[in-house]
Amino acid sequence: MEFGLSEEQTLLQDSINRYLTDQVSLDEVRKVAGGEISDAGIWQGLAELGITGILIPESHGGVGSGNLEAAVVAECLGYHVTPVPFLSTAVIAPTALTMAGNHEELLGSIASGEHRTGVAFGEAIGARADASVSISGGKINGRSIFVLDEDADDYLVADGNHHIYLVKANARGLERTGLSTVDRTRSTCQLVYNNVDAQLVSDNPQVFTVTLDTARIMQAADTLGAAQCMLDQAVAYAMQRKQFNRIIASFQAVKHMCAEMAANLEPCRSFIWYASHTLDALPEERHLVACHTKAHLQETGQQVSKTATEVHGGMGFTDLVGLHYWFKRIGANRQLLGSPEMLREEAARIQGFAA
Amino acid sequence: MDLSFGKEYEEFRREVSRFVEENKDRQPAIGPHSLDTVTWQKKLIENGYAARTIPRKYGGFGAEPDIIKSRIISEEFGRVQMNSGLGGQGISMLTPVLLDMGTEEQKQQFIKPTIHGEMVWCQGYSEPGAGSDLASLTTRAELDGDEWVINGQKIWTSSAHVADWIFCLVRTEPDAPKHQGISFLLFRMDTPGIEVRPLVDMTMTASFNEVFFTDVRVPKDQIVGRRGEGWQVANAILGFERGSLATPDAAHSRLNGLIELMQQETINGEKIIQNPQFRERLMKIQGRVMAMGYNDMRLFSARINGNKDTRLAGMIVKLQGTELRHELEGLAIDIMGEIGLSYNQNPYLRGGGSWQRHYMYYLGLIIGGGTNQIQKNIISERGLGMPREPKAESKQE
Repeated sequence: MEFGLSEEQTLLQDSINRYLTDQVSLDEVRKVAGGEISDAGIWQGLAELGITGILIPESHGGVGSGNLEAAVVAECLGYHVTPVPFLSTAVIAPTALTMAGNHEELLGSIASGEHRTGVAFGEAIGARADASVSISGGKINGRSIFVLDEDADDYLVADGNHHIYLVKANARGLERTGLSTVDRTRSTCQLVYNNVDAQLVSDNPQVFTVTLDTARIMQAADTLGAAQCMLDQAVAYAMQRKQFNRIIASFQAVKHMCAEMAANLEPCRSFIWYASHTLDALPEERHLVACHTKAHLQETGQQVSKTATEVHGGMGFTDLVGLHYWFKRIGANRQLLGSPEMLREEAARIQGFAA
Repeated sequence: MDLSFGKEYEEFRREVSRFVEENKDRQPAIGPHSLDTVTWQKKLIENGYAARTIPRKYGGFGAEPDIIKSRIISEEFGRVQMNSGLGGQGISMLTPVLLDMGTEEQKQQFIKPTIHGEMVWCQGYSEPGAGSDLASLTTRAELDGDEWVINGQKIWTSSAHVADWIFCLVRTEPDAPKHQGISFLLFRMDTPGIEVRPLVDMTMTASFNEVFFTDVRVPKDQIVGRRGEGWQVANAILGFERGSLATPDAAHSRLNGLIELMQQETINGEKIIQNPQFRERLMKIQGRVMAMGYNDMRLFSARINGNKDTRLAGMIVKLQGTELRHELEGLAIDIMGEIGLSYNQNPYLRGGGSWQRHYMYYLGLIIGGGTNQIQKNIISERGLGMPREPKAESKQE
């Protein structure tokens, strides 16, 4: 029995963390978030490390790693609030396209970092503000909102039947508008479809479910990394900030805030590892575990992001320290692809406790 | 990631499961010490399901330590809630200490009767003035010829009213720094000068006691470790106690019980599980039970494979586990409403009153075994590297 990361997985973690520390500093994140530069350079750098193709089979030009490796990457990206479309292009698209089959070329160009595929699943999970899509005869009409990645080359769109379609970003009749959110480290947009060509990827609802489960677990891993970084920053700040002639880390009130964060967060690491393992090896547990993983991680993420900000006192509230990038990233992860309350209700349904 | 134990262990699991099948109708109820439980304990030891790794010469089964096999035994017994033998502080806490630090004579004299249930122990640690700050204890022992003379008082002493012996922390070097002046003594509870007064707790049972010592005379050689080393001896076992106060397996089985209860109980003819507010609380708790279960798998794997990055994961178990159980048991009471108030004898009592009992008992465990505030100190200081609180004298009136 071996529960946890292998030596190779730990090495992967170390090398990505090193790369992101060196190449994607908070200053760099600020530039992308402020619109000064695009995220393309960072994405290309990650492609050279094989991260864009981490879930793509080697035969299609990817690295062909397992989901635990992908979760390790997601955690690192969350830790460094890296502004890249990992969830949509490197997790959701490869999972759906590989399961559906017949998309070797597209997968190859995703792996090389040339091609970005965005994701419009919101209306299939829980439609808001009257947004909805209808697809018939290969044409799509309607509206998707808070679609992942404003700069994608095409989009995977799911409808109420959990069928997945591919829509090209430059297709005739498609109108794309950026939607700004609190989280400036990943972009979202609105897509309005007016009789737009839609190519069927899969009409098997199981493809949608497995893809969504995978996405939710990877998003939870992103939250784990972001929350861990906030805790680390809070402890480091408390160790140097002095008041009443003492570092504030010597006050029990501050220590207990940090202990509570650590106590809530540490089991989340095992949660992510186990959940990723269900994707690769325990299909009968996968769906329930995925719902609980994202719900639990988001509750913990919220507690940690609030408390870590408080430990920083007034500085935590400023743009100067930049802690808010993590706070908002965790906040965005909470709402996208299903809020904790929705996920717990789904977990209850899976077990037959709710209609 | 590999969650299987391997072929060799599957064979062992079948063996244990056969024993469980054959004996599940012949076991005594889980409960206090009795002739039945002592006989059962002997049977478990003979088959290697209790005192498994204790050497044969000290009355154990004498198997090589193998934590996977121990876990399989506890899983298979747990599956049918089989009586897994005697517990108590003599078996769970003193025996490991004696094996590690006792003299050959002490091992010969104490281990066999202890694990066979013929010698019941209590633990004399806490005092009225030494709770979280245990090392400030003041019960003193002075050497007079070949005997220690003990004076002082202990409190929260579980089972003192039924114990034959006590393992006890006493101050033997009053001039040494507080951690270096303590010794670990063993003595009979029927020694003249010992008075036991039961302490009724909020569950209205008296499992704790106050124990008073007045000129209690104890042979000089009934000490474990050297004079002044008692703190290290005690710490070796306190670490053991903390983990065992909040096992995720027990939380998992209580969660299943709670789900069953919510499927049975109704309000205005509707099953409680159909009520969205209660269901939401249940799902939140289920997520937390899962988190602690996976955390435990990580700790277990680290023990097998010798990984060292799990210190923090281990430190949080008592804090998180006891809070979780208290909330879980509390949800069961809430879903029952006024029926949840039932206690002792009452026609509406559910689960033998276990929900209320555990709800209160786990509040006791949040306080006991190192309060959860002390746990947070430990996590922040030893886990996160934050400094200790500076010393402050108590305010003089």
